[in-house]
This record gives sequence, C-alpha cells and structure tokens, in this order.
Amino acid sequence: MKTTMTVNGQASTLDLDPRTTLLDALREHLNLKGSKKGCDHGQCGACTVLVNGVRINSCLSLAVMHDGDAVTTIEGLGVVGALHPLQEAFLKQDAFQCGYCTPGQICSAAGMLKELADNWPSQETADLTAAIVATDAEIRERMSGNICRCSAYPQILAAIRDVVGAVA
Amino acid sequence: MRPFTYERATDAASAVKAVSDNPNARFLAGGTNLLDLMKLEIEHPTHLVDVGRLPLAAIEETADGGLRIGAMATNSLVAADPRVRARYPVLAQAIIHGGSPQLRNKATVGGNLMQRTRCAYFYDTTKPCNKRQPGAGCSALEGLNRNAAILGASEHCIATNPSDMSVALTALGAGVEAMTATGAVRALTVADLHLAPGDTPHIETALSAGELITAVTLPPAPTGGQVYRKARDRASYAGGLAMVAVAGGQIALGGVAYKPWRALKAEAALAAGQTPAAAAEAELADARDSGRNAFKIALTTRLTVAAIAQAQGGKS
Repeated sequence: MKTTMTVNGQASTLDLDPRTTLLDALREHLNLKGSKKGCDHGQCGACTVLVNGVRINSCLSLAVMHDGDAVTTIEGLGVVGALHPLQEAFLKQDAFQCGYCTPGQICSAAGMLKELADNWPSQETADLTAAIVATDAEIRERMSGNICRCSAYPQILAAIRDVVGAVA
Repeated sequence: MRPFTYERATDAASAVKAVSDNPNARFLAGGTNLLDLMKLEIEHPTHLVDVGRLPLAAIEETADGGLRIGAMATNSLVAADPRVRARYPVLAQAIIHGGSPQLRNKATVGGNLMQRTRCAYFYDTTKPCNKRQPGAGCSALEGLNRNAAILGASEHCIATNPSDMSVALTALGAGVEAMTATGAVRALTVADLHLAPGDTPHIETALSAGELITAVTLPPAPTGGQVYRKARDRASYAGGLAMVAVAGGQIALGGVAYKPWRALKAEAALAAGQTPAAAAEAELADARDSGRNAFKIALTTRLTVAAIAQAQGGKS
C-alpha cells in the first residue's frame, strides 16, 4: 500500500504491507535506526517520534495511518555540528549510559517542551486553570512514558532542566 | 500480526457501512489498544477502517450549557481544553492519570471508551478466557486475580474496565452519541455503554456491529467539588487498582467492575445526610472478592471516603 510521509523534511513514498508499524517503516524501510524498538507495545517509549510536532509511540501506529504526515525522528532533530539544544544538554549532563533509550527520551522531551509551552496539564499540575510551572515533579511526570534501563533519570532531568531553564 | 486490508474512511456513514457489512472489520482510531492486541493476536480483524481523521474531533458548547466532545478528539486535547479544565476538572484529572503522554496524544475519546480489559488471562492466549473464546472458561477465577472485579462480576468473567476517563464521564452523567448502520445517530449514556458479563462476557458493549461512537456529551457540571483519585502500584503510568471520581453529589468508581461504576447507593446515602464513610460502605456492601483482590474492597472504600471528603472541601 502506497504511503507518502515527510520524514525529517524529506518526502518519501513507500509501498508497505499495512501491518508495517511507523517504527518499522522508519527503521527498516527508510534506514533511520535512531528510533528504537524496546518493548514494541507502547510501554517503554524508546520508539517515540514527533508526528506533526506531537510525540507518539511509533510502535503503536501503522505507517499507513500517517499518509501525508510530517514525522521527525532523532536524526531530524539535530545533526553533528548543529545539535538540538536537548542533544547538547544530554551530552553535557551525561544523561545516558547505554544510550538505547536516548533517541526516544530526546524526542519525547522535545514534544514535552511544546506541551509545556501550550500549557497542557499533567497529573502533577495542582491548578488546572493557572499557567504551568515546570517544576522537577512536572518534568518527571511528563517523561514517565520513557523508561531508562540504566536509570539515568537524575541526569535526564538535569539535561531537560538545562533547556527548560530554572524555575523561579 | 495477521494480514489485513486497510482503508481510510472519508465520512462516518461510509465507515459505518464498511464495518457493518463485514463481521471481520474493525474501526481504527488512535490504534494504541487495538494494534497492541493485534500484535498479540488477541484481536485479528481482516479489515481495518481508519476513522481517525474523520472530522469528529471538535469540542463544542451545547445549547444546555454542556460540552460535546467529538469521538476523535485525542485524550490530550480534551484534558488540555480550557473549558474542560475550568468546568469539568474531574475529567481532565482522570485523563492525565491514564497512560503516558505519548499514548494520550494518539488515543481518542471514542477509543478510550472501547478499550479492552487488561486482565492477564485475556492477554495470555495460551490460557482459557471466556472473553477471547466464549465457553473456554475463566482462568482468573482461581488465578492471578489481584486486579479483578469486586462488583458486577459473574462466574464467567471477573475482568475490569481499565479506563480512567470513563470513570469521570460516568460521575458527570455523560452521554454517548453513536451512528448506527442506517446512518442515524442515537444517544445512550456512558453508564449504560458496557454490558454486564453474565454468561456472555465476549459481548462488551451495547453498540451493535459497525456502530460508531461519534461524540461524548457532557451535561452542565453538577454543583459542588470535583475530585479524581487513583490508587495504583506506582506513581505514574500504571493502570489503577481503584479509582474514584466525584462531581458534586455524583460518584463513580473505576477498576472495580466491567464498567465505570456509578455509585448510586453512595450518592443516595450522601443525599440522605450520611457520612462519606457510611456512603462508601453502602456502595461496597455488595462487593465480592475472588481471593487475591480482597484488598480492593477496603482500598476502594477508603479511597471513596477520601475522595468524597476532598470534594466536600475537607482534608483528603
């Protein structure tokens, strides 16, 4: 089945078995191996990508559902020499050990920054009608869909904090 | 995953017709539950009709002062909506207590209502399950039933409905609009959407084959405090052991039955001037455990007392 997506700014038309997940289309058909297959059931977040700027689990989506969509993977977020601020911050804060979850963590954090800017609430938000304050508890909660087997969570929080800025 | 064909629906009526005409066809919206179940070969449709892009995602004011939420609105966009947050905070709270941000960004309101149970034996295709295979038997009755139902169960099924969102919708007295095979739209309530397991636990909702949820309707918010409380094994991104939604004098329980459970006995006790504890006990008087889930009766009772007290402005 023909599916056209704009992946990292480049239009690609693929002829796919409808069973192909977005994750497998990215990894196996477009050779973008940054997005990882961890659990393949939406539980670990390693496959997180941005679709039209919104973070989703690419393992729980069929590629054919995304005809016409704009997909951003870790490869499109930044490149060597022009890293995304989150990539710079993850390096600076040593926010990984094995690195397997890192592309998903960074794509998830990128999506989270937009959600914060749009004032979306989380379960840590005490006042649903006020402006969100990006406390550490808020950031941790908003990143709970991304598991890190090496447990680099304190450094991941520090890296995201570098980009979000200190809370007054 | 077993092979299937895929089509993207262009309008609701033709989508309903496509699924009504084919007993092996299913609607696909966000896909976060259905695709997972297809990978595990618990669900094996031969045709998917993608309704995710139908123009059914708007959140609109209704003439009676409520809100009408399109079935394809994502969970995230409902929880973020300023009108929902200001007037129906219990609904926003319930949604953001469910799943992860990535899942909420893809999952739809209609799909959330239609999600299947997380019972371990429903997921384990090597074990009998009356929901998967009618007549096979229920492995949970004497198995790993720690999170099984304590209300409304039958000897054929003790599975629970895992939704957070629908618990708040039930407390708010929300309605469901669904398009039938003839193209007509009919109204039912969230509280009446799910059917008691009885001896047919594989028949889960009052919707007929091919019927499509098009919207959820919220009546004006009841007077009084709104609270959502959830007890679970970890602080985030985990299914609930017990959930309670309070909206004024209206109460619903989650994680305890095959459906979001409107606590009418507790409501009546409160209306009669009884204490939150007496109200919770009245509702849970009929609760029955299956062994490992015995703790859920006390847990649900205490969580209900805390939620009512919090909604009434007291300490939680």
